[in-house]
Amino acid sequence: MGIDPGSMMTNPVYVHADNMITSLGFTTREIIGNIESNRIGFRMVSDRNLTPSPVPLSLIDTATLDEKFGQILANRHPEQSAALFTRLEKMFIVSIQETVQPTEIDITGSRTLLIISTTKGNIDLLDTGKYDFPDPDRIFLWKMADFIGSFFGFVNRPMVISNACISGVLALSMAARMIEAGLYDNILVSGGDILSEFVISGFLSFQALSPEPCKPFDIAHNGLSLGEGCGTLLLSSQKPASTIISVAGSATSNDANHISGPSRTGEELAMAIGKALKEAHLGAAETSFVSAHGTGTVYNDEMESKALGLAGLQDVPVNSFKGYWGHTLGAAGMLESITTLHSMRENRVFRSAGYEEPGLPVPLNILKDHQSIPVINTVKIASGFGGCNAAVVFKKM
Amino acid sequence: MEELINKLKKEVIQQLNLEDISAEDIDADAPLFGEGLGLDSIDALELIVLLEKNYGIKIEDPKDGKKIFFSIRTMAEYITEHQKH
Amino acid sequence: MTDHYIITHSNIIRSHMVARNESVEENPEIFVTFAPFIKSLYKKEAISYPKFYKMDNPGKLGFLAAEMIFKDNPFLERYRKEEIGIVILNASSSLDTDKAYHETIKDRSNYFPSPSVFVYTLPNILIGEICIRHKIKGENVFLVSERFDPGMMVESVSLLLDKNHVQACLCGWVEVLDKRFESVLFLVEKKQNLNDHELPGESRPFTIESLTEIYQIK
Repeated sequence: MGIDPGSMMTNPVYVHADNMITSLGFTTREIIGNIESNRIGFRMVSDRNLTPSPVPLSLIDTATLDEKFGQILANRHPEQSAALFTRLEKMFIVSIQETVQPTEIDITGSRTLLIISTTKGNIDLLDTGKYDFPDPDRIFLWKMADFIGSFFGFVNRPMVISNACISGVLALSMAARMIEAGLYDNILVSGGDILSEFVISGFLSFQALSPEPCKPFDIAHNGLSLGEGCGTLLLSSQKPASTIISVAGSATSNDANHISGPSRTGEELAMAIGKALKEAHLGAAETSFVSAHGTGTVYNDEMESKALGLAGLQDVPVNSFKGYWGHTLGAAGMLESITTLHSMRENRVFRSAGYEEPGLPVPLNILKDHQSIPVINTVKIASGFGGCNAAVVFKKM
Repeated sequence: MEELINKLKKEVIQQLNLEDISAEDIDADAPLFGEGLGLDSIDALELIVLLEKNYGIKIEDPKDGKKIFFSIRTMAEYITEHQKH
Repeated sequence: MTDHYIITHSNIIRSHMVARNESVEENPEIFVTFAPFIKSLYKKEAISYPKFYKMDNPGKLGFLAAEMIFKDNPFLERYRKEEIGIVILNASSSLDTDKAYHETIKDRSNYFPSPSVFVYTLPNILIGEICIRHKIKGENVFLVSERFDPGMMVESVSLLLDKNHVQACLCGWVEVLDKRFESVLFLVEKKQNLNDHELPGESRPFTIESLTEIYQIK
């Protein structure tokens, strides 16, 4: 399947329905409500099945997940048992269902694609005995994606992107490019990851975790905090009925420096930002808000401040959403884009939870409280292990 | 001490996957990081694991790592001081 | 678009053979497992890169395959580093390494999580290693599919080239799980960027057919 030269004309890429699942709730509305009330979704966890030592984690509520999933299963596949689904699969299914339910767009058929973004998928399937169903092969990401796709009856096999912490933003970038090129009319992009001993122990061995809920960009920042979640967004070439927001530009880059430490200068992330803004025909000065990657580690926060400085965005209101629900890995880019889109619809930006005092090499305009301001053009950025960076630009008509 | 130093050289080579290097190639007093073996931040974390796994020593403050892991000799000295008997 | 983009170089690494630009060399020794195989290939290629030994299995395979495809070839000099993209697919993501990491945590009485193994439990790290080695800074993406998917490769790379997000691309398949492994890499360039004398004699159009034929070389 090549790209038809006749379709080189660019299709606009519009943002439609969305859903978020985090520790702060199971719908975007619920989560935004909790953000407005300044709630954060962490608790100290000592469960030895999750972590070798106590850490703050942002866990989604299992009982609510099971209840919501149970309802969807009863409607769509009453013959199947919930015991046949993993935690992550339930999260994806609930999130995708909540996204497609209210939409008027016909998502069946060959012009619709599902893209799954995840770093570790069903990694908990390595714990033999955790689930007692007979398909451990769903540890393969493509198999998990096929399983989710066929649950909904999507005609096309889902695409799977697994690219560390930029997976979500990268998935949006690819989806936008595919719609723009006329390959599909509608693309559902869903990013998700679960908390697991595998991931938590690994980050602990990296000494990357903060002993308290993370404080992105704060002078006392000393590590990231992990969370789980799932975020889904529907993109379409069809114009939406209400607020019209488009994915106007995107780019990825690589630091080519170190596999786990970020670039010293931030210039590669800045380059991705610059390319994305250029594609969107925007200058840095026209940016209303930046949703940073903002993990809360010294390395990341410092690199990001330099990158934003190089990109000319040091005065633009910026926050990190990770202080609310942690670093959700493959879900991060999706969840944080969705809240950014909400900010655009409502002209309302949110404080960077965990931030109190400045202390970055390049001073940024970090939001200390929620504010009602015009939000027209936004940039969502992410960086990840492997030296990768991604940026996406949203534009409101 | 010399016995421990030789043992440590072999363990470091194994733990850090320094396959083309032999114990004879490592100078006990040469800095491990920066020049010489050119170890990086991930290697530093693995050395912390080595100390715990092979010697039962847990480093309480990771910032002490710079001093402890300066050279094979400083590692050996630290182990001799702190090893549980 | 089918003849605007061309495959200027390709290589294949499998247990029984290595193919450079479709020219097959049988491997003199057959190894039962991956580790000695890849070490022997590394030695044979006479590369000096100590970090190689720290990589996980997919990392070693992808790194070597990239090393071989860039060798004796002006590709890297033709483009600015941010003009080169990398698109890699596989079926098992980082499962081979996930299992290795899991070994370091599954026994609670012998519990020593290894950071140097954990860092590789993401499939895109092998792209990172290639970027570090060759200072490549452009678009990069790691995709997972059940099998070698030439359609997805053509689609993903074309999306990057059509809109000039990059000017050239390294793309392919790097798959290692337990004893089974293979890598098939391609360099894709725009005909318009090359002078006539730069076009390799055996270049092929960047199409599903070409990718499939190369993949099927035995």
